[in-house]
Amino acid sequence: MIELAPLAMPHAVNDTSGRRPWRKLGLQAAYYGLCTVLLLMFLFPILWSLLTSFETAAEASASPPSYWPSHFSLENYRNLARYGQGIGRYLGNSAGVAVMTVLFTLVLATLGGYGFSRFRFPARNALFMLILATLMIPFQSILNPLFVLLRLLHLQDTQLGLALVYTTFQLPFAVFMMRNAFDAVPKEIEEAAVLDGCSPMSLLIRVMLPLVGPGLATVALFAFFGSWNELLAALILISDSRAFTLPVMLINAQSGQLGSVNWGLMQAGIVLSIAPCAALFLLLQRYYIQGLVAGAVKA
Amino acid sequence: MLTLIGFKTPRRWAGFFFILPCLAVTTMFFIVPLLMTVWMSLNEWPLLGHPSFSGLKNYVDLFQDASFWGSVLFTAKYTLVVTPAIFLFAFSLALLVHRGVRFVGIFRTAYFLPVVIGMTTASLLWTWLFNDQVGIFSAVLMDLGWVDEPVQWLGETNSALVSIVVMVLWKAAGFTMVILLVGMQAIPIDLYEAACLDGAGWWAQVRHITIPMMRRTFALALTMSFIGSFLAFEQFFVMTRGGPFNSTITVVHWIYRASFTYFKLGYGAAMSVVLLLMLLVLSGVQLYLLRDEP
Repeated sequence: MIELAPLAMPHAVNDTSGRRPWRKLGLQAAYYGLCTVLLLMFLFPILWSLLTSFETAAEASASPPSYWPSHFSLENYRNLARYGQGIGRYLGNSAGVAVMTVLFTLVLATLGGYGFSRFRFPARNALFMLILATLMIPFQSILNPLFVLLRLLHLQDTQLGLALVYTTFQLPFAVFMMRNAFDAVPKEIEEAAVLDGCSPMSLLIRVMLPLVGPGLATVALFAFFGSWNELLAALILISDSRAFTLPVMLINAQSGQLGSVNWGLMQAGIVLSIAPCAALFLLLQRYYIQGLVAGAVKA
Repeated sequence: MLTLIGFKTPRRWAGFFFILPCLAVTTMFFIVPLLMTVWMSLNEWPLLGHPSFSGLKNYVDLFQDASFWGSVLFTAKYTLVVTPAIFLFAFSLALLVHRGVRFVGIFRTAYFLPVVIGMTTASLLWTWLFNDQVGIFSAVLMDLGWVDEPVQWLGETNSALVSIVVMVLWKAAGFTMVILLVGMQAIPIDLYEAACLDGAGWWAQVRHITIPMMRRTFALALTMSFIGSFLAFEQFFVMTRGGPFNSTITVVHWIYRASFTYFKLGYGAAMSVVLLLMLLVLSGVQLYLLRDEP
């Protein structure tokens, strides 16, 4: 659950000042009622899609739609498994790109963050600002040259090419995050290790890395979500249908097939696309929210 | 610093070794493409075949291209509608869940959950909800007898815009809510306690303490969603495909179409440069609004 700093409860003070208890109870009921209605509104589209994905294909595409599945069926998932090159391939492509993006981002941001945090060298601040400044330039405006560049490097239609591009988009935030994480580690820890004759590299890997775990988790989560959910760059840089990532495949599934959409198959695809994001977020949301907070405080 | 504890002069460059990989990747896949964008914009650059230098021709064409400026206008209109909508909704949510009462974490989590779903997936999901034949919204209105025919939410420019704004509210309000919660919780509690002693009610506290104290957070939240909205693509690409009659094409969508449907990469690059300049101005405004108060 999203937990922020210890929470102030200023208005609670107000509520108890001489109010009658039934009034307080009524206010509380209204408060939780409102919160619950909003909760249902936010969750409804996801649950509705999940429910429909387990209808039969015919029922899922029926007009008007049925409000409750008449019987449980895995037909939509079976159809999805056979769609195009098979859903396994697209899931594999998306997972491959995401895993590479996460790994590259972690390695580059750890090295970079450590370098910027612990070393003094010429033009250090200028280079750090340069990396942060790329945040001000929308990646949408450099996609044409990236298309040309990847073709030149023979990285077109490859998971590696797409992962390198996604890594680049993640780097400003990731380096910023990791520099802050290293800044927060007391210098005495390293000084002791250096006196024991540790080289900078083994110091980083053996001593520092375990101490910046939360920062790494935040960076990894942002890299995963960014890669798994990205559409525009994948649309441009991947033209071979065997290399499509999940979002590109879903777009094609919805627009292809002679104008008639297989709505049940779409819902099964949407569920598969949401599932890893929702699961990772629910398990690790502390680290995800920390990233947002760090970004907000920075600005 | 390590230099203080025994690392000799050659170590002065040790830092470079650590930042070199990320510097190299940023140069290769960001700085170089950025410079290439400018170069490409000065060329006729087909998808296949050889580019030829054409000077400022793309820019001259661009300034007379009514479709491009139409997309700029539409994007501005969308941004001006969606930014205040997200802000007001998210601020209300933040006020609702900023107290540390029981179960509040569950509510925050639920309101935030759509943020981690991809914009493409969210758009596909809502295209289905808004569909006139199989969508739930139209079906419910029909069953209630409020409408006689299926509603084509996405078939007409204005209702499509409203529908997409509703989807984006669902998808993005949680993000702004968390940004606002962070700012809200930085306000010292004594201010509220003092106000309570003076007999200030809930709304008076919000108006005279919360809102004035959060000016900076407001600026951050507003500029972030303003910039994000100006780069909108997926929701329109998926939900309206730019239609009806190209009336809901955003700038990024138009660049994509010019480059990869009409294969005019140079022309697309010229549009990208214009987009980039507009975004730099917006980022400049953001930095100005968020500058440290003297």
